[in-house]
Amino acid sequence: MNINYETVDNILIVSLNGELDHHSSQKVRKEIDKAIDSFFIKNLVFDFEQVSFMDSSGIGVVIGRYNKIKKLGGETGVINCNEYINKIFEMSGLFTIIQKYQGKNEAISNIN
Amino acid sequence: MTIKNKMKIEFLSKSENESFSRVVIAAFISQLDPTIEELTEIKTALSEAVTNSIIHGYEKEEGLVSISCIIYDDNNLEIIIEDNGIGINDINKAREPLYTSKPEFERSGMGFTVMETFMDEVTVNSRINEGTIITMRKKIGNLNN
Repeated sequence: MNINYETVDNILIVSLNGELDHHSSQKVRKEIDKAIDSFFIKNLVFDFEQVSFMDSSGIGVVIGRYNKIKKLGGETGVINCNEYINKIFEMSGLFTIIQKYQGKNEAISNIN
Repeated sequence: MTIKNKMKIEFLSKSENESFSRVVIAAFISQLDPTIEELTEIKTALSEAVTNSIIHGYEKEEGLVSISCIIYDDNNLEIIIEDNGIGINDINKAREPLYTSKPEFERSGMGFTVMETFMDEVTVNSRINEGTIITMRKKIGNLNN
């Protein structure tokens, strides 16, 4: 699992590349937390376009970072979820607290 | 139903093996010519069960996890994930959506819900300090048969 970071204003866009399961989520959690602390950002967007596999471990990764960002007063969003990733997030009720956007541009325009 | 094919593998309860177990099941069921959707669903359900054995069954200890898979002649698939770990105290509670005994690991408590959504049937057998057996069944539709 590789992670790419991009910042737009005070939004950190995290692009995940590879499989997101319990094993890889352990590393991903730490690295994203470090990035949140290192960059001067307030909001977070997860880009799932290059995620080739995800199980329910992905839910924990997103919610864990959502809680961290919430303390900064920021928003968390997800973009480019395929139908399986979408289904897993729907099952957990994630979209009742986190916004799903159609792409990077929509996320950037909608997040303050 | 007669058995058309069958396999069993066993591996250490290391999280590195979660990915390995998904590859193995995908390879074995490829003979049924599953759709991408069926393949994804089965891999995901299996990943949940294996992860549960590793995180909950064995916690900080190391043990063996086994996966058996039986293919029946009517394209019914049976996958059995077994560990000799601590067992499940309250199976009904464990199967409750969003319930997790390990919130500190950022576990969402959705493992069983995912298995039940993606497979036709999930049964759980467990004995405290003896281990847990998860049996999942799914019928694979075969358009090319």
